[in-house]
Amino acid sequence: MYQTTYHRASSVDEAAALFAKGSEAKFLAGGQTLLPVMKQRLASPSDVIDLGKIKELIGIEVSGDTLTVKAATPHYDVATSDAVKKAIPALAYLASLIGDPAVRYRGTIGGSIANNDPAADYPAALLALGATVKTNKRSIAAEDFFKGLFTTALEDGEIITSVSFPVPQKAGYAKMPHPASRFALTAVFVAQTKSGEIRVAATGASQSGVMRVPAIEAALKTSWSPSAIDGVTISASNLLSDIHGTSEYRANLIKVMAQRAVAAAG
Amino acid sequence: MGVEGIGASVVRKEDKRFITGKGRYVDDIKLQGMTHAHFIRSPHAHAKVKGIDSAEALKMPGVVAVLTGQQIVDDKVGNLICGWAITSKDGSPMKMGAWPAMAPETVRFVGQAVAVVIAETKNLARDAAEAVVVDYEELPAVADVHAAIKAGAPQLHPEAPGNQVYDWVIGDEGATDAAFSKAANVVKLDVTNNRLAPNAMEPRAAIADYDSAEEHFTLYTTSQNPHVARLVLSAFYNIAPEHKLRVIAPDVGGGFGSKIFIYPEEMVALWASKKVGRPVKWTGDRTEAFLTDAHGRDHVTHAEMAFDANNNITGLKVKTYANFGAYMSLFSSSVPTYLYATLLSGQYNIPAIHAEVIGVYTNTTPVDAYRGAGRPEASYLIERLMETAARQLKVDPAALRRQNFITQFPHQTPVIMAYDTGDFNASLDAAMKAIDYAGFAARKAKAKADGMLRGIGVSCYIEACGIAPSKAVGSLGAGVGLWESAEVRVNPVGTIEILTGSHSHGQGHETTFCQLVAERLGIPISQVSIVHGDTDKVQFGMGTYGSRSAAVGLTAILKAMEKMEAKAKKIAAHALEASEADIVIENGEFKVTGTDKAIALPMVALAAYTAHNLPDGMEPGLKESAFYDPTNFTFPAGAYICEVEVDPGTGKTSFVNFVAADDFGRLINPMIVEGQVHGGLAQGIGQALLEHAIYDANGQPVTASFMDYSMPRADDLPSFKLSHTTTLCPGNPLGIKGCGEAGAIGASAAVINAITDAIGKNNLEMPATPDRVWRTIHAA
Ligand SMILES: Cc1cc2nc3c(=O)[nH]c(=O)nc-3n(C[C@H](O)[C@H](O)[C@H](O)COP(=O)(O)OP(=O)(O)OC[C@H]3O[C@@H](n4cnc5c(N)ncnc54)[C@H](O)[C@@H]3O)c2cc1C
Repeated sequence: MYQTTYHRASSVDEAAALFAKGSEAKFLAGGQTLLPVMKQRLASPSDVIDLGKIKELIGIEVSGDTLTVKAATPHYDVATSDAVKKAIPALAYLASLIGDPAVRYRGTIGGSIANNDPAADYPAALLALGATVKTNKRSIAAEDFFKGLFTTALEDGEIITSVSFPVPQKAGYAKMPHPASRFALTAVFVAQTKSGEIRVAATGASQSGVMRVPAIEAALKTSWSPSAIDGVTISASNLLSDIHGTSEYRANLIKVMAQRAVAAAG
Repeated sequence: MGVEGIGASVVRKEDKRFITGKGRYVDDIKLQGMTHAHFIRSPHAHAKVKGIDSAEALKMPGVVAVLTGQQIVDDKVGNLICGWAITSKDGSPMKMGAWPAMAPETVRFVGQAVAVVIAETKNLARDAAEAVVVDYEELPAVADVHAAIKAGAPQLHPEAPGNQVYDWVIGDEGATDAAFSKAANVVKLDVTNNRLAPNAMEPRAAIADYDSAEEHFTLYTTSQNPHVARLVLSAFYNIAPEHKLRVIAPDVGGGFGSKIFIYPEEMVALWASKKVGRPVKWTGDRTEAFLTDAHGRDHVTHAEMAFDANNNITGLKVKTYANFGAYMSLFSSSVPTYLYATLLSGQYNIPAIHAEVIGVYTNTTPVDAYRGAGRPEASYLIERLMETAARQLKVDPAALRRQNFITQFPHQTPVIMAYDTGDFNASLDAAMKAIDYAGFAARKAKAKADGMLRGIGVSCYIEACGIAPSKAVGSLGAGVGLWESAEVRVNPVGTIEILTGSHSHGQGHETTFCQLVAERLGIPISQVSIVHGDTDKVQFGMGTYGSRSAAVGLTAILKAMEKMEAKAKKIAAHALEASEADIVIENGEFKVTGTDKAIALPMVALAAYTAHNLPDGMEPGLKESAFYDPTNFTFPAGAYICEVEVDPGTGKTSFVNFVAADDFGRLINPMIVEGQVHGGLAQGIGQALLEHAIYDANGQPVTASFMDYSMPRADDLPSFKLSHTTTLCPGNPLGIKGCGEAGAIGASAAVINAITDAIGKNNLEMPATPDRVWRTIHAA
């Protein structure tokens, strides 16, 4: 009943072909989300197609003003990459805060955004930096990619190949970790693009997943400083509320984390 | 002290096997023809089991049997027992509902087993379990003590009307009321002691092997006390007479109390093994651990403390509701009574104490002893009260404690315990010095300038360990005696085996117990081995819990050693043609004092076994045993102080410093003691900041995985600064008090006292999560 067939794909095309053949196939990257779910028997794919060994899906590149992280690159590589630290230090910092060392060695950016956990870290960076998700079929703006809790614009069988981040003028990230899981109880990514646009995204807070925070963006437009956010009030309605954080607390965290992210961005 | 004797920080002998993956845990054991059990557990907190249809499951591949609760009842396997009888204030015995190993009719908590699938593999058993259809009729459930005692609340057991197990009192109510009527000040406090899931690293497991030819069972199990398990399985559960039941507890990966108890799964495995005629293995997973390992704490308390005009404590009144969960676990009844209320005097002179404890059934996992068992609840309450009093009376919290410390010993408290010795000022002094208490005000001011809220919190704990004098506990309702046994076997080549009824599941007995032998005989610990955890090898033992193994178990070894040494000296004197009184033992030799005449231990041992030339009338061999029953509890005590910084923006607490000054009596291995304190502090801090086993109003657990239940991790904890102020325990010859639970008992109050000091608000429940602290800071 819970038998599955494991395939190790050597190219994106092969992976796509294997997927098409399976009755209920699933892609596997770092396995940090998919495998626990399978162990709990909440998912029982007929075929598991491993993307983790596909060479064209691993690596980090900078060209001009664009930093590209390929989909099967583990969090650890992003956290420790000199190229990332130079281009977007806040992104390296974000990756260094994901889960624990085991999760960072195995988990990947592609798996993380495909899963779109409402408390995952990367979605905040993608949204605030205005990143583009590249798949084997198309390019999708971050804005259009995340579609609420655990849902994305990906079609069945579509494979994320990379994420391209425009290198910003400044960016900062601040995270209040969930005490048990270490996902974001609430975290905020702030960015000032090279063209001067200010974008702020919060994760872990909203009932509908990662979101922009227009009130804070507006405040930062008047002055890029933590104190500019002092007067902002964030409404608690539509925010998550659970045993680890009430919606009022999360509303407060959006503001406090944004202030700290701005301070970190400099 | 020799290099490996008492007081030496010898590296643990057992660690080589543990850190190289060579430990042998129950799940590592595979028997020929072994089958695997998977339990079918209730998803409901309260329901009637209307029927179980296993027809489809029985047709599935690899399925050997599907066995149900009705069958185990029909086969007359006994209901689970509670081994400590408590009498209510009206003289009636405690009111207990029946707890069959699998529920035939009614389930009363999420995770209670109703049936078990036995199959060729674990996965096949799991597959088939999904095909078993259980027809439940849901009943209203209640999870919270206050809700459970309300009129009209869902009722769990017909035997316990109002869901009340007992209403027990201790102390002198009249004297306490009189003290309050004369009080200059009364300090009141309501506290909840949050429910915890023990989470030993190794989940529980069992393998049962029935031999039909011999009508004999072998049970491999994750137990802290295999002999007690055999006794209970034999005497109460009708599994087999004791000589037909061998219980082995091999390497066990942590217990913290949760592996004291004999659980339904072991009973079912034994019974099923006979039914299917093959060995049956069950290894719990983490979810099952959250759902079925006995939880800890879960008290709701109102307390009042009376002071005279000079701030001396004159009385204490306590009313506690203890949540027992759905059934009375093995020692559950004693935890909020004799292990809790008897410690309510803390380190203080309190002339009058009265406490009432109401035990309550709820539709939750059963609650029983967890590291500290009752004593953390007592210590937390008293130390929160002292801090509250200092704030209310506007005096320094350390000075208020000092003024009320017991300084004369022995000291009889109004709640049974007679403290034998201690020096509470010494430990408080040491802790205050270590943390630079005097310099705190300046540090607080500096932190304030940086926008941070700094606080300092003191906790002066005392516990009763070395459990326990058998006669005393017997008079209080215990169903067992709490002595310990030991046997010393000197082999013909002079190596030594120590058989002990204590059980090591992380404590390091294989090292510390050898150190006593090394100390006495002057031989390396490599020549000594410790045998434990097998009822076929060790005659009897009461096991390890309540910080008793050194104070009680090691003393039993000492008694056996003394007997062995006396005989060996006779043999040596005979061989050396000297007087027995002149023989001394040094460096592994028996010497004639003041001469160079000596005979080495192996030669003495060999002489004992060849028996060619023994003193007239002496029996051959060199093996002695002893049973040791302690004369009193021991009273480890100490002072913990922590300094924290609270971030007002997030409510997050960070540690600046955490110091501990403990009085454990004599230390056998300071490094192991330090490890015990670190672990205990981690659990105490975990309770204060992170851990909470939560149920919703319908009895559904909401923290049944590590993604929701916050276990403390290394980066949640500060580097501890430990020190010791020692008064030797007069109650045992080694002067040992015990160290296994102290950290978990004393730490929580220090943390909450520090946070409430930092935020300037006294009322804050555990766990002090950032959300809760932030809301408390910003509450009107
Ligand atoms: C203990 C723990 C703590 C964690 N803490 C955090 C945290 O703090 N912050 C955080 O952000 N995350 C956290 N995570 C999640 C972690 O980041 C995972 O790596 C991530 O959710 C999934 O990535 P993966 O590579 O492991 O994907 P997998 O588990 O292999 O796959 C997840 C899903 O993505 C799909 N998928 C994978 N790759 C692709 C692709 N290239 N194209 C299309 N679909 C794809 C899979 O089919 C599957 O549905 C934690 C996880 C654990 C277990």
